[in-house]
Amino acid sequence: MSGVVAVRSQVAEHLDALGRAALIGYLPVGYPSVDGSVAAVRTMIDAGVDIVELGVPYSDPVMDGPVIQRAVDAALAGGTRVGDTIRAVEQVAGRGAPVLVMTYWNLVLRYGVDAFARDLAAAGGAGLITPDLIPDEASDWIAASDTHGLDRVFLVAPSSTPERLASTAAASRGFVYAASTMGVTGERTTLGNRAEQLVADTRAAGAEHVCVGLGVSRPEQAAEVAGYADGVIVGSALVRALLDAPDEAAGLDELARVTSALADGVRSAR
Amino acid sequence: MTGRPTVGPLSDKLLEATAGGPLSTHAGPYFGEFGGRFVPEALIAALDELDTEYHKALTDPAFGRELARLHRTYTGRPSPLTEVPRFAQHVAPGVRVFLKREDLNHTGSHKINNVLGQALLVKRMGKTRVIAETGAGQHGVATATAAALLDLECVVYMGEEDTRRQALNVARMKLLGAEVVPVSIGTRTLKDAINEALRDWVANVETTHYLLGTVTGPHPFPEMVRDFHKIIGEEARAQLLEEIGRLPDAVAACVGGGSNAMGIFNAFLDDPQVRLFGFEAGGAGISSGRHAARFSGGQPGVLHGAKSYLLQDEDGQTLPSHSVSAGLDYPSVGPEHAWLHDIGRADYRPVTDDEAMEAFRLLCRTEGIIPAIESAHALAGAIQLGAELSGWTGDDGHDPVLLINLSGRGDKDVATAAAWFDLIEDEPVVLADQGEQL
Repeated sequence: MSGVVAVRSQVAEHLDALGRAALIGYLPVGYPSVDGSVAAVRTMIDAGVDIVELGVPYSDPVMDGPVIQRAVDAALAGGTRVGDTIRAVEQVAGRGAPVLVMTYWNLVLRYGVDAFARDLAAAGGAGLITPDLIPDEASDWIAASDTHGLDRVFLVAPSSTPERLASTAAASRGFVYAASTMGVTGERTTLGNRAEQLVADTRAAGAEHVCVGLGVSRPEQAAEVAGYADGVIVGSALVRALLDAPDEAAGLDELARVTSALADGVRSAR
Repeated sequence: MTGRPTVGPLSDKLLEATAGGPLSTHAGPYFGEFGGRFVPEALIAALDELDTEYHKALTDPAFGRELARLHRTYTGRPSPLTEVPRFAQHVAPGVRVFLKREDLNHTGSHKINNVLGQALLVKRMGKTRVIAETGAGQHGVATATAAALLDLECVVYMGEEDTRRQALNVARMKLLGAEVVPVSIGTRTLKDAINEALRDWVANVETTHYLLGTVTGPHPFPEMVRDFHKIIGEEARAQLLEEIGRLPDAVAACVGGGSNAMGIFNAFLDDPQVRLFGFEAGGAGISSGRHAARFSGGQPGVLHGAKSYLLQDEDGQTLPSHSVSAGLDYPSVGPEHAWLHDIGRADYRPVTDDEAMEAFRLLCRTEGIIPAIESAHALAGAIQLGAELSGWTGDDGHDPVLLINLSGRGDKDVATAAAWFDLIEDEPVVLADQGEQL
């Protein structure tokens, strides 16, 4: 199969249909439990998340800050398996929000790249976000995602050269994930001005859709980013709602509150 | 007399690999199917800059002269080659054993070779801050040393468990002016220290160089760190030729990440009559599951930026490793070793904690040399090889010759050894925690 096969992108079509910037919410599978994470994702969708980013817990998450590390550590300690992600996708797909899976690469390698793509597609997943896989190393994944009709979201960073912005934009499908700052996931009080420039540069390099992640935690930040990007990716602020809650029910309430405030922020842009 | 058995038959993979040119100058990013760059995009620009600057430095005579000057006047190179006949009697009758004495380098191990090379590159790149990971503290101490020498800010990440067990090395790094950051997430050991160093690097890459301590990680680290250590094998080869007029029959080294082994193997890779042996930490035994024997108990996978052999569970989660030697206690291994393993150029075997500690004691008592426990794995491996070695009498009737890289000295291991051999009645100054410290 050649690289120019026209694969329809569930996520890109959703972004186009929204007519505004999307709120993309991250939660890891398995925190506080597999069932608990499914309930949390459903809560997040009901409260206004447009696209779901479902994280697969991994032992060595080098792109994640302390909040997500804590949740992922707890998920692994609780016995969460990679197969639970496929089952969780099944249970949250079809509720109006496309589901992307965020995974470190060794988990997919071990599962089998084509097998993972096949099972994710069968479960109703939209594609993968791969924080430690650059397009240069991704030939197996590019082939498998074409075969199974999945999106592949690669990252760009403020340090990316124009050449790499172009090659990453060309390899991506769905959207390009623009890291707002140099750093790992986590809440930040300011985003700086590099994010807006990076979005503009990535579009100029050929990307149709660019969403911004890393550090966005507040409604006013979400509104600001929604003013120039196709989507606003929020993780740590949502995970914190669950981590800091005294019990699961309170965690879901707080998650709904934080999500809808962010959703209002996104909708208030422009 | 039949002479040595030929090495081989040469595998198809080895023939294919050598058809691509000399093994010793093989360049990254790939070593066969291993290596690569499995890192966040944010780091790619810095890795490209490092690769470019490194290759520019290689062709710059001033860089070579400065590194050579530091090695001569600061590291103490060339390190001696010492024949150890009393130890050799325990390997096999008639076998001659030579030790390459990296233990006599400044800071006590081979680590300084790579650290000085990278620190000079940092100056060329105009960066002002270096970060490093350390398990036992040896690479951290070497990095702190080079940072003091070259006026660089230095931050060393170290698992919280390791900082507690290695309080003296933490103090050494602080004396040298480094900041030591305890890492309290995950398993709180070397692997998690590397995760935290990578997170720091992603955030501070514009001012900061990650001074990676071994032949693992994303390209160009495996190739570059190997090149900074290949002086070990080059010196040993020349010293042996001077001493006995011929090459060794076999070369042995311990393999954690694999930098000392790559350093001594490199000069012999293209001499197929020289057998290469890497000894991994067999810990409490492969069947116990408590080991760091990636070739005996791991499968190919990706960790910390490179594809190589990896201790992992059926989901691909990294498994904790175990060894009496913190320097070998790492779940993955350099990708060039994975390649040499797969093409059959080098042979990797496990050595248990017990075997390593017996060899440690033996070298102390027969030769008056206290080795690092890491290096003791290579000594124990030589004893394992014993019977095989004695069959390798050459065509010219010479005695079999074994070259071992004594990668470090054992000062840092005295507390562990004292506890292991029950030599101290009171608690030692540094608590030896079931021998897991280093």
